[in-house]
Amino acid sequence: MGEERRVLTGEHFLTGDHACAEGGMAAGCMFFGGYPITPSTEIAERMSLRLPEVGGIFIQMEDEMASMNSILGAAWGGWKSMTCTSGPGFSLMMENLGLGIVLETPTVLVNIQRGGPSTGLPTLSGQADMMQAKWGSHGDYEIIALAPNSPQEIFDHTIKAFNLAEQYRTPVLVMSDESVGHMTEKVIIPPREELKLVPRNYTKKKPGEYLPFECGEDEIPEMVKAGDGYKIHITGLTHDKRGYPDISAEAQDWMVRHLMNKIQKNKKKIIEVERINMDDAEVVVVSYGISSRVAHRGMDLARKTGVKVGMLRLITVWPFPDYMIKELAERVKAFVTVELNFGQIALEVERYVAGKAKCYLVPHAGGDVHKPEDIAEAIKEAAK
Amino acid sequence: MKGATTPSRKEVRFTGYGGQGMVVMGLILGRAAAVHDGKSATMTQSYGPEARGGASSTQCIISPSRIFYPYVIEPDVLVGMSQEGYDKHRLNIKPDGKLLYDEDLVTLSPEEKTKNIHSIPATRFAEELGRKIVANIVMLGFFCGLTDFVAEEAIRKAIEESVPKPTITLNIKAFDKGKSYALSLLEGSAAKAKS
Amino acid sequence: MNKPAAHLETAIVEQDTHPMADLLRMDRMPHIWCSGCGLGTGLTCFIMALKETGIPEDKVAVVSGIGCTGRVAGYLNLDSFHTTHGRGIPFATGLALANPDLRVVVYSGDGDLVAIGGNHFIHSARRNMDLMVVCVNNFTYGMTGGQAGPTTPISAKASTAPYGSYDYPFNIPYLAIASGATYVARWTSLHMRRLKNSMREALPKKGFRVIEIICPCPTAFARKNRLGSGLDLMKHYHDNSIIKHGADPREADIDMNGKVVCGTFLDIERPTFRDFQTENIAKQLGGE
Repeated sequence: MGEERRVLTGEHFLTGDHACAEGGMAAGCMFFGGYPITPSTEIAERMSLRLPEVGGIFIQMEDEMASMNSILGAAWGGWKSMTCTSGPGFSLMMENLGLGIVLETPTVLVNIQRGGPSTGLPTLSGQADMMQAKWGSHGDYEIIALAPNSPQEIFDHTIKAFNLAEQYRTPVLVMSDESVGHMTEKVIIPPREELKLVPRNYTKKKPGEYLPFECGEDEIPEMVKAGDGYKIHITGLTHDKRGYPDISAEAQDWMVRHLMNKIQKNKKKIIEVERINMDDAEVVVVSYGISSRVAHRGMDLARKTGVKVGMLRLITVWPFPDYMIKELAERVKAFVTVELNFGQIALEVERYVAGKAKCYLVPHAGGDVHKPEDIAEAIKEAAK
Repeated sequence: MKGATTPSRKEVRFTGYGGQGMVVMGLILGRAAAVHDGKSATMTQSYGPEARGGASSTQCIISPSRIFYPYVIEPDVLVGMSQEGYDKHRLNIKPDGKLLYDEDLVTLSPEEKTKNIHSIPATRFAEELGRKIVANIVMLGFFCGLTDFVAEEAIRKAIEESVPKPTITLNIKAFDKGKSYALSLLEGSAAKAKS
Repeated sequence: MNKPAAHLETAIVEQDTHPMADLLRMDRMPHIWCSGCGLGTGLTCFIMALKETGIPEDKVAVVSGIGCTGRVAGYLNLDSFHTTHGRGIPFATGLALANPDLRVVVYSGDGDLVAIGGNHFIHSARRNMDLMVVCVNNFTYGMTGGQAGPTTPISAKASTAPYGSYDYPFNIPYLAIASGATYVARWTSLHMRRLKNSMREALPKKGFRVIEIICPCPTAFARKNRLGSGLDLMKHYHDNSIIKHGADPREADIDMNGKVVCGTFLDIERPTFRDFQTENIAKQLGGE
């Protein structure tokens, strides 16, 4: 046993949850602190089996507040870390997602969304945590969130999430859903040497020269780990570049702007979408996760009736690709947003369309997926 | 070995009750197609209270290209291993689709309109082999004998990779039993057609 | 104009640096703690103890939650983490597990550790996690003006208990021992030498170690309960503490005017979370 067990190169038939765990493994995760919750539990189960094989640690914490904190601690201890959760657990993680953002800690949080609110539908799908992902922790911040739509993508995008976390020194969310988490498909795990992994950006500065929140134009500070002699201090309070608390409007302005800019300035590098049938599209379906696969059939059905419809599939949901929507709004007739909620990402679409095209939403309370026929109808309506 | 397998999207629904191994059937078929037969495959299952002893249903989509819509629209094959599952899904089969069922567990509706219907005493065969639990694999062999969605060798490999090691021989026997029963039925009906 | 005399300037330049300046962030002084508060003496004991152990400064990390005691992390010139309210222990858990060369100390208050962080406290004790927890107990939420907390004695007044707190308090040594801690001691901030010795003893140990410091809060707790100044409280500790090593922790309840049982309640060894990881799980996987 050892590092040779880290990447299970080959073709597998895996559930999304297991593929997610393998993505974490392949990305170099050494620490998983979590609390089991359906439908994300299989990720924790797989990590409990796999991490000890490479000398990493799986720990089942007492709750989700503890889980989220443990992965932050592990990151500052020098390890790549992750956790997973769903519904109620995601709510409990919000407190210390905020700490992770303010401490600018690279780590990965996977949410296999289920139906809510409250205990809701533990075993059935939902996509109603999308706004919570952006706004769920108190205060202003920017976040990176990915929305894979297949087991292969959840594998790939868990690696991508780890990479983005290191690149931008921030927690990254994988906002999947029960449908993808519990779906089984082929997952190709490439040879180890073909994986593109971003190592932690440790500073080359000496103790005394290094400040934990100092950064250049790109707004991304360098990292250290505890035990290397830097004697850092970091705090969840509003702080200055040294990491020292500074309870003032000026410090708050600098820190919050920095947290926002770090993501916003780099969003064109971060954002990834898939464009399908977009060349002649007059109607654009905006969707993500499982809904994008259901909407794909809705689009096919509508195309058969002659509607020129394409799809902008969001792979990165946050930061939101506002500039793409703005650009499309100049030339298309309508947008149809398909998601398992009553209009969350649809609000962002509307915001950036800004009245320049019609906006439709195909809502769904969760617990199942849309009927493709309903989506096709909405597309046809939008094309009128 | 069969010749080239079907080139279009195929949908299969396995339905039975918890403990019969409906999920395993879907996993084996999907794995065979995706890992050993160069196709795409998507397996989904019903979760929740249904997965605890009640009705259990698995869907498997097999396609030569990328699968977008991951669910059954209208199955090419419905496999019924319980009365409840059959009753629930019998009206949703493609016009030229097949119905496969365990004849000791399912009684056909007097109004059943599906043309391609094939039955097998899968559970009884499994009991004769010594383990009732391999009824699903008998049925999978039967399925394999009656369809060309996935290459037989691919299914055999997937069985070997999916079942507990000490039970491989038993499971392969179960698969052979189901498959040869299908072939004997086909020969029988071919002979009937000739005469 | 008002320039000091030359000999005074010299005197200022030649002033000795603070003997603990190397382990304090002097650029953050003065601290926020009130006159008469016991936090400073506790921190002094910690620094002395750390020096006496000879553990390299680079290999010690301090994690705090929120509150007056939570500020300890900000004043110590070590790798130090000021986390969210109650979450010091789980943060420290990840830190300690990821970096086994580190000695990780959680230094926080009673409200932080056994109210909002109570679940983390008992579970970390249950796991026998390699953490030393210093819990400064001043019977109240001092920083925010003296609200009642999980250790506020029966009948004591607090800003959220104007008629007295009638809510049974935790007995921290009892809680720690019942939950699985392997080293448990209690001292008041009067017992500087003994407190320092306890810290020195506990720092190099493995497992979940808890040291409770009974600490005067003249500004909030004492004022609301007319207990006098910090000095009066020290006198109270002097007159009312009983040192009883190995005492049954059930006898260590604290009343408004009763005795304070101090001492080392427990000092045992049992396998830690990490021991099980390395010895049990790794073995099953064919490792060492």
